[in-house]
Amino acid sequence: MKKEDVPQDQSSLGKITKEVCYATDNSGKYVTELSKGWDIKITALDVAWQDIEERVNTARQKVLNGEASPLLFFMERGLMDIGILARYTGFWKWQIKRHLRPDIFRALPDKKLQRYADVFNVPVDDLKNMTENGDQI
Amino acid sequence: MEIKFEHLQSAHCENGVTRSLLRNIGIHQITEPLAFGIGSGLFFVYLPFLKINNGPVIAFRTLPGQIFKRTCAALGIEVVRKKFSSKENAQQFLDECLDAGHPVGCQVGVYYLPYFPKEYRFHFNAHNLIVYGKENDKYLISDPVMENAVTLNSYELERVRFAKGKLAPRGQIYYPKAGAVVTVDQIKKAIMMGIKKNVHSMLHIPLPIVGIRGIRYTGNKIKNWRDKLGIKQAGLYLAQLVRMQEEIGTGGGGFRYIYGAFLQEAYCYHPIDELMKISKIFTNAGDLWRTAAVQAAGIYKGRIGSQEDFNMMGDYLIEIAEIERQAFVALSKINWT
Repeated sequence: MKKEDVPQDQSSLGKITKEVCYATDNSGKYVTELSKGWDIKITALDVAWQDIEERVNTARQKVLNGEASPLLFFMERGLMDIGILARYTGFWKWQIKRHLRPDIFRALPDKKLQRYADVFNVPVDDLKNMTENGDQI
Repeated sequence: MEIKFEHLQSAHCENGVTRSLLRNIGIHQITEPLAFGIGSGLFFVYLPFLKINNGPVIAFRTLPGQIFKRTCAALGIEVVRKKFSSKENAQQFLDECLDAGHPVGCQVGVYYLPYFPKEYRFHFNAHNLIVYGKENDKYLISDPVMENAVTLNSYELERVRFAKGKLAPRGQIYYPKAGAVVTVDQIKKAIMMGIKKNVHSMLHIPLPIVGIRGIRYTGNKIKNWRDKLGIKQAGLYLAQLVRMQEEIGTGGGGFRYIYGAFLQEAYCYHPIDELMKISKIFTNAGDLWRTAAVQAAGIYKGRIGSQEDFNMMGDYLIEIAEIERQAFVALSKINWT
């Protein structure tokens, strides 16, 4: 890549910091150049976020349909999978899989719910009802 | 309490941490490309069974921690490295290091890193930064991918040092011991050893998903992604490939350009014409990786998406594999004398 070809497409990271790129100058020598971002990367990130949004929407619908507990919604919204959630909460994966069932989730004591609530940084009531500060989300 | 420390920006976090920590103990010769090359940083591995953000892991560099470790080992610098099970001990050790005047490298997760834009905060735990001082409850942070130094309070720092999930940092701290003197001969030898090790990791590891074989293998797999995964999932996988290649501080072209820069710097120590020629091959490889990224973007943007387009995408990787194979074979034949 030539120095003058280093892309300068404004990315969300570019507003906070430019990135160092390695490119060649006229004589072919490697130099560093700052980049504001690259359209190709920006769309790759957009695609990833669209997918996350869809996963969150699907999860919300499953909770509303009674197919999953609100845990699924908060897990997807936190970009987590069962493995990551297990590490943060200290539950075993098989326990979390059970807690994803609405009937089992409803019977959980507040002490256990609190562990999830702490990780998702929400009050237990919001966790139970899939709300944010009491409002529907 | 602040230690005299100069923040420097770099393309990649671990290279940058290595360079800055070494400068801080008086070793100024090690630039980012030298750290990357001596640490045998260039790599490729495709891990379809290990999922990050619901896509396969495709890494263009060696395992986290290796660059710092290998560079220091090659230069005969002793390293202090510690992991912790207790958060209190982790903070206490950090404070003691700072009191003793050592800036330290920390492995952290980016999900809770407050100065990163939200869009970049995934559960990725192999980021590296330097803590170089403390003012009241504020830690002074030199994050090599940022243009300027930043701060984190003790709670924020604890949270990123104890991020959970794959490659969990467990409060990991490391720094090079002061007092080492690095000679030109040592650097020359380190460069040679670094290249030899990189030749090995790219050409001679007998696994289909690693090195040159891995690139070719991935190219062939991509041709099947459309049928096997469906166009949408295949697009997501390709977006993941591009992000691993370009996004996480690779300096562009999946670290291939940094490696090209390294070979040019290696030439200053070993005036062997081949090094300059092979540097150009890596520039070509980097360029082709970026051309492939443009093709991938066509697919994940939905502009193109026929089987023909996937074949072309796969063929780019197969072509890259051949270019890089030739480059590493040429490196393996260098007569160092």
